[in-house]
Amino acid sequence: MTKYIRRAVGLCALLLVALLVNAARIQVVQAPSYDDNPANRRTAIARYGQPRGDIVVDGRAVTGSRDTGRQFRYERTYLDGPLYAPVTGFASQLYGTTLLEGTEDGVLSGSDPMLAPYPLFNGLVRARGAGGRVVTTLNAEAQRAAFEGLGPRRGAVAAIEPSTGRILALVSTPSYDPGQLSGTGPAASRAWARLNDQDDKPMLNRAIRQTYPPGSTFKVLTAAAALDSGVVDDVDAPTGSPDPYRLPGTTTRLTNETEGCADASLRYAFTWSCNTVFAKLGVDVGLDGMTRTAAGFGFNDRKLRIPFSVAPSNFDLRLDNAQLALSSIGQFDTRATPLQMAMIAGAVAGDGTVKTPYLVERTTSHSGGTLTTTGPRILHQAMTASTAQRMRELMTDVVEKGTGTVAAIPGATVGGKTGTAQHGIGNSGTPYAWFISWARADDSVEPAVAVAVVVEDAAARRGDITGGGFAGPIARAVMEAVLGS
Amino acid sequence: MTLPGMSGTAVAADPAPPAERLPRRRGIELALIVLAVLLCVYGYCAVGLARHGTVPPGAAGYGAGLGVLALVAHVAVRLRAPYADPLLLPIAVLLNGLGLVLIYRLDLQTPDDRAAPIQLVWSTLGVAFFIVVVLCLRDHRVLQRYTYVSVVGALALLVLPILFPAVNGARIWIRIAGFSIQPGEFAKVLLAVFFAGYLAANRNALAYSGRQIWRFRRLQLPTGRVLGPIVAIWLLSVLVLVLERDLGTSLLFFGLFVILLYVATGRTGWIAVGLLLACAGALAVGRLEPHVHSRVEDWMDPFASIAAGQGPNQLAQSLFAFAAGGILGTGLGLGHSVLIGFAAKSDFILATAGEELGLAGLAAVFLLYALFVVSGYRAGLALRDPFGRLLSVGLASIVALQVFVIAGGVTGLIPLTGMAMPFLAQGGSSVVTNWIIVALLIRISDCARGQYDGTPAP
Repeated sequence: MTKYIRRAVGLCALLLVALLVNAARIQVVQAPSYDDNPANRRTAIARYGQPRGDIVVDGRAVTGSRDTGRQFRYERTYLDGPLYAPVTGFASQLYGTTLLEGTEDGVLSGSDPMLAPYPLFNGLVRARGAGGRVVTTLNAEAQRAAFEGLGPRRGAVAAIEPSTGRILALVSTPSYDPGQLSGTGPAASRAWARLNDQDDKPMLNRAIRQTYPPGSTFKVLTAAAALDSGVVDDVDAPTGSPDPYRLPGTTTRLTNETEGCADASLRYAFTWSCNTVFAKLGVDVGLDGMTRTAAGFGFNDRKLRIPFSVAPSNFDLRLDNAQLALSSIGQFDTRATPLQMAMIAGAVAGDGTVKTPYLVERTTSHSGGTLTTTGPRILHQAMTASTAQRMRELMTDVVEKGTGTVAAIPGATVGGKTGTAQHGIGNSGTPYAWFISWARADDSVEPAVAVAVVVEDAAARRGDITGGGFAGPIARAVMEAVLGS
Repeated sequence: MTLPGMSGTAVAADPAPPAERLPRRRGIELALIVLAVLLCVYGYCAVGLARHGTVPPGAAGYGAGLGVLALVAHVAVRLRAPYADPLLLPIAVLLNGLGLVLIYRLDLQTPDDRAAPIQLVWSTLGVAFFIVVVLCLRDHRVLQRYTYVSVVGALALLVLPILFPAVNGARIWIRIAGFSIQPGEFAKVLLAVFFAGYLAANRNALAYSGRQIWRFRRLQLPTGRVLGPIVAIWLLSVLVLVLERDLGTSLLFFGLFVILLYVATGRTGWIAVGLLLACAGALAVGRLEPHVHSRVEDWMDPFASIAAGQGPNQLAQSLFAFAAGGILGTGLGLGHSVLIGFAAKSDFILATAGEELGLAGLAAVFLLYALFVVSGYRAGLALRDPFGRLLSVGLASIVALQVFVIAGGVTGLIPLTGMAMPFLAQGGSSVVTNWIIVALLIRISDCARGQYDGTPAP
């Protein structure tokens, strides 16, 4: 019997070896893949086990963290949530992160390797650094002026500093409080369902993710193309354009809302927003010249990040001359984000270059040590410096005596362009009132701000002057806020 | 292989009786017990420090309670079983104490369900049973007289829960005055006594008589008269277990039966037949019984429920916990094994050990069980009476199989079947039964190592 007992011991030894080998398989070999399994809540527990770093505007944190004492311990809170939602996005324990909360998540959550004081050691013991801070380029007063200017209407504002590309304001209305989505409770899921169901899409960032037909504001680009290509040499010379203008190859006649557009000079046509002149100039420049200039200003660019992605603005690459004529006055398939239109105003205000717009000034560790900084970078040379100089004259005329007088600011040089875009089948949709402008303080050599405002407003149906009347005051308020700070 | 016809008491491989009295080694046992208690108190304090930053207020009381229990047990062993193996009791104390620490640690995250105090009460009861067995049972051979009483008792205990409502899909509990008792746990010991007694009495008839199959000497079936009762008992117990949907205990009984049959008769053919029967039974039950079928599917793909969008199931959570532990573990109190949810303190207690103590701690726990089992087998090897040998082998095998079935289940090695990790897991009946097993092994090892004269049982 002894022999058989020994064999039974041998069997138990085999079972022990099987257990140990299997335990090593789970705990050593398979461990990394199990740790990374999205259904494994340990990663999330560690992530929410410490306060999230803050997003800073003008030296003040606009975010916070609340200790709930639950399994996912810290929840995101927001000061002025709706005001900054188009910048911060949300950091939800249920629905993930968006916008700055999303692209800067590594720094904010503390998982960025740069935050670990001893990276190798922290990697070994899987320690997490304290959440870092993200310092934005926003100007708090400009942001608030834009938000309050839009009020209850749907619309968006983008403002940049022309010389650097720093984004000074990025507003979209209606907005929402991202703090509603923070926790894991039923309140968060109810808020999520409600925000997604709302017709006016409060979580849509209209300043960068919605493209609108730019209407007459696009004439800035067409004018720049005409000057740059030599189609127009003298802004005061007649352009030889008929009124009404028959779209090439069709019998459709394009008309104007203002008088005196027949054979008008570029200056007059720009100041009073003559459709016929710019439709003809676009055709004269030709498809190649127009698409080149549009690309130079940033149209059709799918790669722009500020650091989150921006919807590409569209200028069609294949058009017949009738379509080119309509596209050149910001209709047909031409569509632009408010940020794109601010970049156009900024290029005019500066030396003709488009700077890459950016929203994150720098990121720092929890204790304030700088991790990364962002600086000005030239995205494109959109037009020559002399064209930019002549465009400034034209835009200044619009504010001094044309359709945009509402945007004039004492003590500053202001250039602008109004626009009204009709859309929908038979132009039945709510029209978009546009205003793009820039401002330079009289005692300064650098322009302070370029801004684009779009308001979705039924009352703008009557034309450019009224359209400018809706969007212009908002642009002026934003420019005043930047000039005054 | 001995020739047919030799008597059971004179099998050639049996050892010669010890020439002189062996050292008692009670001092070693005491030192190991003190070490075990200190380790457990350290673990208890570590949990409190990790969770709340302070030594838990009950630390002194917990240490004193465990220490007193262990010392009383030690004194009983000193009095009545002075030659007993010095490893058995300290390992039992260490595992029981560690189990209390782990349950206390999980209690901190489930404030509505505090299991550690009840487990301490059951542990006390278990040690009381231990002392009663060590003090009252002077010679294990007495138990051979109760071979048939044992089997009746075992069957009665197995049938009892069928009369009570099912709990969590299995009819294995009965609830009395707020305590749930699992009678199947006690049946294990009784069945081990029955198998040992019956096989000791009939092993020659089983091994050397009956018909040959296919002229293979090793595959010789014994006569129906000898085989009948044991197969009937086995079938009956399996039937009861299928009705109660307790596959784990069923597997345990079957394994116990096969091992003891092999040790008693030395017939390799039995192993083959046993494994074939086991496979056939497992296949049939796995196909037909939905409760078992789903366990097999979980084992084949633990993450299927995640892919189906239902979130991780218990086995997946258990695997996550083991993986989170890595080699060194997160440290006591710092893991998240509470995510396993239901049964985290009982069937899945090992996952907490794996996450917070790591592979190192888990291997240490496995080795403790291995030492315990080897001590049981060693007592069997040193004995001369077949009943004692079979009983010690049976009891040690119960622990070994139980550890393998549940540890293999929660680590995804074999399909998961509900079963208590001996001493570690929450579960009163299990703790009490395990302390009775320790007491019996201590009694047998005392007989084996002491100057045991081979006289007929009193």
